[in-house]
Amino acid sequence: MVANPTNDKIRVGVFVCDCGLNIAGAVDCAAVAEYAETLPDVMCVVRNKYTCADPGQNEIKNAIHQHQLTRVVVASCTPRQHEPTFRQCVREAGLNPYLLEMANLREHCSWVHPGEWDGATAKAKDLVASAVARARLLQPQEELTVPVTKRALVIGGGVAGIEAAIELGDAGHQVVLVEKQPSIGGIMAQLDKTFPTMDCSI
Amino acid sequence: MKIRKKARYVDPDLCNACEECVKVCPVVKPDEYQMGLSSRKAIYIPFPQAVPCSYILNMDDCLGNNPIACGKCAEVCDKQAINYDDEDEIITREIGSIIVAIGLDVYDPTEMDEYGYTRFENVITSMEFERLICAGGPTAGHFVRPSDQQRPKRIGFIQCVGSRNPKIGRPYCSNICCMNTIKDTLLLADHYPDMENVVFYQDIRSFGKSFEDMFQRSREAGTRYIRGLPGDVREDPNTRNLTVTVENTTKGKLEHHELDMLVLSVGVVPPKDLAKISGMLTLSKTSDGFFMESHPKLKPVDAPTRGVYFAGFCESPKDIKDSVCQAGAASSRSGALLNAGQIQIEAITSRIDETACKKCGLCAAVCPYGAIVWKKGEAAVVIEAACAGCGACGATCLFGAITMRHFTDDQLMAQVRATLGENPQDKVFCFACNWCSYAGGDMAGISRMKYPTTNRVVRTMCSARVSEEMVLEAFRCGAPIVLVSGCHYADCHYINANRQTVKRVQNLWNKLEKAGVRPERLQLEWISAAEGQKFAKVMYQLEEMRQAVTMEEIEHARQALKPKPKKAAKKKAEAAVAS
Ligand SMILES: Cc1cc2nc3c(=O)[nH]c(=O)nc-3n(C[C@H](O)[C@H](O)[C@H](O)COP(=O)(O)OP(=O)(O)OC[C@H]3O[C@@H](n4cnc5c(N)ncnc54)[C@H](O)[C@@H]3O)c2cc1C
Ligand code: SF4
Repeated sequence: MVANPTNDKIRVGVFVCDCGLNIAGAVDCAAVAEYAETLPDVMCVVRNKYTCADPGQNEIKNAIHQHQLTRVVVASCTPRQHEPTFRQCVREAGLNPYLLEMANLREHCSWVHPGEWDGATAKAKDLVASAVARARLLQPQEELTVPVTKRALVIGGGVAGIEAAIELGDAGHQVVLVEKQPSIGGIMAQLDKTFPTMDCSI
Repeated sequence: MKIRKKARYVDPDLCNACEECVKVCPVVKPDEYQMGLSSRKAIYIPFPQAVPCSYILNMDDCLGNNPIACGKCAEVCDKQAINYDDEDEIITREIGSIIVAIGLDVYDPTEMDEYGYTRFENVITSMEFERLICAGGPTAGHFVRPSDQQRPKRIGFIQCVGSRNPKIGRPYCSNICCMNTIKDTLLLADHYPDMENVVFYQDIRSFGKSFEDMFQRSREAGTRYIRGLPGDVREDPNTRNLTVTVENTTKGKLEHHELDMLVLSVGVVPPKDLAKISGMLTLSKTSDGFFMESHPKLKPVDAPTRGVYFAGFCESPKDIKDSVCQAGAASSRSGALLNAGQIQIEAITSRIDETACKKCGLCAAVCPYGAIVWKKGEAAVVIEAACAGCGACGATCLFGAITMRHFTDDQLMAQVRATLGENPQDKVFCFACNWCSYAGGDMAGISRMKYPTTNRVVRTMCSARVSEEMVLEAFRCGAPIVLVSGCHYADCHYINANRQTVKRVQNLWNKLEKAGVRPERLQLEWISAAEGQKFAKVMYQLEEMRQAVTMEEIEHARQALKPKPKKAAKKKAEAAVAS
């Protein structure tokens, strides 16, 4: 672990992802990277073809060590998809995972602005500037661990609920199956034969 | 978790299913299991293979538990299994994971009057067909038509009834009805080789494993498939036969078909209880009304709420095989969590600085989870395990005493300023909540829906996290238009935190108006995770509004919304105390 990064100087690394042509096809990634270098506390900017792939992640890890980065900005896709990936990556390099920030250049930019090279590039720059501004103020965080009660609740006793309850039971878990009708079975219990095999439903 | 175990009024351990009670019960009710095609008593077994397989007394139908009113069944029950005073039981269980599998409801074709479902006896639904063809059904599997109990010779099927029809608000394909009709035609061909079957359809969707083979067999068995959905159905009052008028789109000809019976291949609709369960577990739904998964490809059985998974039809229309597959996936996801025995809570929770807290209790009042404990005269305290991190409290505190870990005021303000640093007049500034609006933006991206490049989005966990200061700061930085967007009002991921959003935006509208700033420059929109199209549409509208905002207006807002010096000084002092 990097010793107490809060007391360290703020050293931001920015990783601009091409995502093949997913981003680079609509956004001038070279210009975005160049712009990122001008932002405060940015110590290194790296362009990756695919940041989420192993080579890309290795570049992040190497840069963290080489430039003693204390904050990481990945300008790639939506955090709703790859934030866990990159949090894990920076953790493996010894940084607290909450010192990562993402800029969404794909779902919120290149994919919705094809053929708008200038507008999309200007927007991408702003997204990176916003992410860097936030990253500079990020603090390491510790997650709370809470115990999970080892019992599952299945709501609905149709074929899906029954199947799920049986499988959980077979795996050794306690299951409570709740069905609102007097009998389990759902719609399938009302069917005669069922496609594609034409066998009986119950 | 509290579960209401409903009273059965018959003790399943004592009941030996002798049926004496059924013989004496004077109540006759339509049998739901048989789609009302036959009757049952007030005391009954739902169907022979029911689980649990014991009698049940329906108290809504029963003449009364007052023996003077009736009480016949209890008199004849040797085992004394019947207890009119049986009561619902509330069972409390601690639960670590939940699988939601509440299935589907079948479309009711009453509103599609052109098919005459309510007017003509010989028009039935595919669900009623199931009971009529079943050996365990009301006719012991003899397929007869309702009007005269005679075996029909010519049967028509109309596809897509209640499906793929935007006019009635049901644009989606119900997935199972094409194959169900193909199955029905094969059953009829098997039982009654002389029967003439004709299917009216728009497309036949036989895409699954061995489905196409079934379709071919149905055609080989003589079923005619006519492309075109009937516009009109009439009944001959004497014969009770039906005449269907349809444009055969393959031939481009208007045709009339006389039939003895008509089956409406009804679609499926989201289950009635979906909204209720959704509210309890803070889930959301797609535009079709089924549950929304975390990711359409990578997390197809996970709900956005951690520890909750979907199985079966309630997530989207699917057949039995797919329901079973999904149930397996959901149980494996749920089992993994139970095996781990613990869960990490994202470090985005609220923290209250005791020294800065002015003990007003406002935060406790807005927390949707009751995660803030406050007593008059005492500083408020957060119960971290109960806090979900929406940030409603953080945006409400007037004294800067609350820090939302990982979504601090400073971080968000820095984003506002950095985004609007250069040429703010060209930008539409948007706050979007993680679960709905931001995800709606992602959906627009995934679906490649184009919109203007001028918008700039800053993500918060909930729209309720956006404080008045953040919005004002955006205007001070020169934003022509500011959007605050969140989950639909009744579908907030944080139970009802977005009520605070509404209050705050209304306050802001008043403030803007007082300051001579057009309130329309602040917009509030609800965009769900499924509404990529709406996200794109809103961005077009906002861009249009942006173009109407003049440089003078922007400059006026900058000046008029400047923080009052007194307040700024006070803030500074408090910040000093806090640090
Ligand atoms: C006319 C018709 C014919 C079909 N034919 C075929 C076929 O031939 N082959 C095929 O593969 N598929 C067929 N299907 C599809 C099949 O019925 C579904 O795939 C299957 O029933 C889905 O199972 P499920 O468990 O998800 O839902 P359901 O069967 O609907 O079960 C849901 C259960 O949840 C219960 N429930 C609902 N709300 C609550 C609540 N709030 N609390 C507790 N319990 C609740 C319900 O009472 C019900 O028992 C057909 C469907 C229809 C409508
Ligand atoms: S499965 Fe067939 S009948 Fe059902 S809605 Fe889709 S196309 Fe129409």
